[in-house]
Amino acid sequence: MKNHIHKLNKAFENRVRLGVMSALMVNEYLDFNALKELLGVTDGNLASHLKALEKEEFVAVKKTFIGRKPNTKYGATASGKQAFNEHLNALEALINQQHGKK
Amino acid sequence: MKKEADYLSDISEIRSIMERSSRFISLSGLSGVLAGVYALIGAYAAYKILYTEDDTVYDAFTIGQHSGRFILLTLDGLIVLGLAVGTGAFLSVRRAKQQQQSIWDESAKRLLINLLIPLVTGGVFVLLLYLRDYYSLIIPATLIFYGLSLINASKYTLTDIRYLGFSEIALGLIAAYFYGYGLLFWVVGFGVLHIVYGALMYFKYEK
Repeated sequence: MKNHIHKLNKAFENRVRLGVMSALMVNEYLDFNALKELLGVTDGNLASHLKALEKEEFVAVKKTFIGRKPNTKYGATASGKQAFNEHLNALEALINQQHGKK
Repeated sequence: MKKEADYLSDISEIRSIMERSSRFISLSGLSGVLAGVYALIGAYAAYKILYTEDDTVYDAFTIGQHSGRFILLTLDGLIVLGLAVGTGAFLSVRRAKQQQQSIWDESAKRLLINLLIPLVTGGVFVLLLYLRDYYSLIIPATLIFYGLSLINASKYTLTDIRYLGFSEIALGLIAAYFYGYGLLFWVVGFGVLHIVYGALMYFKYEK
């Protein structure tokens, strides 16, 4: 039991970060507004969680321009995808284990 | 420490976000049914336009002295297309609002772009067939390219669209073999199939 709990990644404990990573697993890149709409969170909230994921190097930022407007896109890094997969595996193992116990 | 329920809700949240962010799921089945109905009415009008005298469709075209009828037919087709697209857009927007989802997001854009690539290719191809006088292949080509568009778009929306696409392609190929029954195949492809699949999707997702 303890084993699996230990494998859960603290970085993904928060709902917003979990959401960001889920969306970036199936989309190559998403811009800030797309993520905001998808998750239904405020600018500040999303920005701070993105910063945290960036710091872990789970999320990479790609700055481009649409015309003259700057457009920031976010994508999951290879290590981010791996970490998220491990987190999912741990979640699965935890649930299976608790079911087995009953 | 989190409880099992928390982990389970984490997982369902992940699944829902993955689904919502990669697929456009507000497609309305009802709009498919209505598109089929418009197509049937349009086809009936086309039938009336074409078979006023006792010559056949392809004679009328190849003789080339019935351009007035051709304009009427084009108008008929455009009205049907306009009504179908308009209703589809209206009902999908309404459904997105009901589901509290944004209608014009990444998934909608991707769906549209991937639908349009084969569709525009087919449109241009059909135009070329017309210019080169291959009239008998026009209707099979519209069915085949429409089917390919649906299959291409199905990766970005409800998977039922994929089977509608296969049906359209099969019908298009059959129509290419039995040429001369173009209007009939067109009625089945754009009328009957839309109604059948639209109704299926309506009862599956909206009931």
